[in-house]
Amino acid sequence: MIRIEGLTKSYGATQALRGVSFEVHRGQVVGFLGPNGAGKSTTMKILAGFVTPTSGTARVNGIDVTADPVASRRLIGYLPENNPLYEEMMVRDFLDFVAEVRGIPRERRAERIRNAVDRCGLRAVLGKDIHQLSKGYRQRVGLAQAIVHDPDLLILDEPTTGLDPNQIVEIRSLIKELGREKTVILSTHILSEVQSTCGRVLIINDGRLVADDAPERLGKGEGGTVTVVLASRTGALLQADAVRAMLEGVAGVTGVEMAEGEGAGTLGFRLRYGAEDIRRSLFEAAVRADLCLLEVKRQHVSLEETFRKLTGGEASRGPQDPGTPSLAA
Amino acid sequence: MGTTLAVARREFRSFFNSPVAYIVIGVFLVVAGWLYFSTVFVAGEASLRAFFGIAPVLFVVFAPAVTMRLLAEERKSGTLELLLSMPLRDWEVVAGKFLAALGMVAVGLLWTLPYPLTVAGLTAEGARFDWGPVVMGYLGLLLMASSFLALGLWASALSRNQIVGFIIGLLLCFAFYFIDKFAMVLPESAGELLQYLSVDYHFANIARGVLDTRDVLFYLSLTAVGLALTTRTLGNVRQ
Ligand SMILES: Nc1ncnc2c1ncn2[C@@H]1O[C@H](COP(=O)(O)OP(=O)(O)OP(=O)(O)O)[C@@H](O)[C@H]1O
Ligand SMILES: [Mg+2]
Repeated sequence: MIRIEGLTKSYGATQALRGVSFEVHRGQVVGFLGPNGAGKSTTMKILAGFVTPTSGTARVNGIDVTADPVASRRLIGYLPENNPLYEEMMVRDFLDFVAEVRGIPRERRAERIRNAVDRCGLRAVLGKDIHQLSKGYRQRVGLAQAIVHDPDLLILDEPTTGLDPNQIVEIRSLIKELGREKTVILSTHILSEVQSTCGRVLIINDGRLVADDAPERLGKGEGGTVTVVLASRTGALLQADAVRAMLEGVAGVTGVEMAEGEGAGTLGFRLRYGAEDIRRSLFEAAVRADLCLLEVKRQHVSLEETFRKLTGGEASRGPQDPGTPSLAA
Repeated sequence: MGTTLAVARREFRSFFNSPVAYIVIGVFLVVAGWLYFSTVFVAGEASLRAFFGIAPVLFVVFAPAVTMRLLAEERKSGTLELLLSMPLRDWEVVAGKFLAALGMVAVGLLWTLPYPLTVAGLTAEGARFDWGPVVMGYLGLLLMASSFLALGLWASALSRNQIVGFIIGLLLCFAFYFIDKFAMVLPESAGELLQYLSVDYHFANIARGVLDTRDVLFYLSLTAVGLALTTRTLGNVRQ
């Protein structure tokens, strides 16, 4: 469906893309992740046929987007970043205009518009001017214009920014539904969104692709953390240093940090571990030390951590965070 | 073609949905009306000579006022991204915008029709009112408007700011109006060249009632140049 090869783009002196290549097969829902300015929108703009690449090729269904832009754009529905719309138009007129320019024959237009309106829940606002709409409804209008011509490929640049949690859930389920029949590429800064909607994640950093995998695999690297809350079984006062030393001695533990406890008489720690599961030995060690485990919570390396590692955001974690004094070093 | 018209229709409607349209056309009608009636009543002359004489200057100002927002506004609000990712060639977008602008000017001119009708009514006693130059004059105005609108559209594509678009458009149109105004101090060949480039000169020819292909060709080529430059500038926006 999509084949991108060696795509580069420079805006004057800014190098926005430095050689991006990937393929997307029909029916996939792909999430685009990356820090601000990574080049997500640039890639999407090129695919959508708005921006010309500096070098490299992008094909949609075998059609080169620069060689035959009109043909490739016909296959695409595009929701640009910030969702620009003709503010002074009525929702109905706007969708009608898009349908016409998108080349839907007159006799099928009403039905296509009705379909998009129903899917995006726009029936109630058809007669309103776009500038009167709330952000969520604007976003729906943006989605409706992207699907009105029933395209094979949907490109959605940050489709859920600025929405309230209810609307986010609605739009996500709409995207999921669309993803059953179409190929979808969406970008987002919400990692959980990728986990809940996408079958595949592309992480882009500084104009380069740095990861390409299923979200659950990217999130399940080696090891993870176990968060524990401990209390004394005898009611004796807990010595943080002693407990920490005990935890450091547990087989498989590679690092110990203080975390929040559950009030007086309890202590919380975050333990890092490598390949093996430490929970069993942790329990035994606690019993030996006359401690009881009020809580044990294991977490695999999260998508968030993978993201930070791949996009160079690691330095901003831990020591700078005043709430959790880091003792892991 | 259909898509070009869709773009034109949308633009035309949104123009008449905005107060700017009524201000621009209103001011145009007031100024044009004043010119009509000042000749008719003050000079006691039942003709549109004064109006057609000053019309080029009016259009130097009004054409860029009509075109200033057409592309600048789309660039600023980001809707250009929407438009330029639809299955349209860039020239179709430009043609649609241009047709819309021409339609707006045509509507403005339509509203001036009562003026020649009044003048014709006043002529009734004795002499016959000569419609020939009036029809030619209006045709000439439309041709001249085309070339100014094409230049104004290009100016609008150059910036995200409507006001900048207006000023550049005004300067461009003014240059093509003013270019032959000191032709007489120049050697004859240079003077003729400047005259050929003058929008005003060709309009004067047409308004005299003679439709010469050279005059028509001049306007059509200037229009084509303006639209080609606009299309090129849109291409640069994609870079
Ligand atoms: N029109 C432009 N002119 C100049 N530079 C640009 C332009 N558009 C983008 N850039 C630059 O290209 C780089 C990539 O931008 P892009 O919009 O693709 O990032 P992004 O991954 O979408 O970021 P965000 O998460 O903030 O949306 C940035 O450095 C940006 O400043
Ligand atoms: Mg972006």
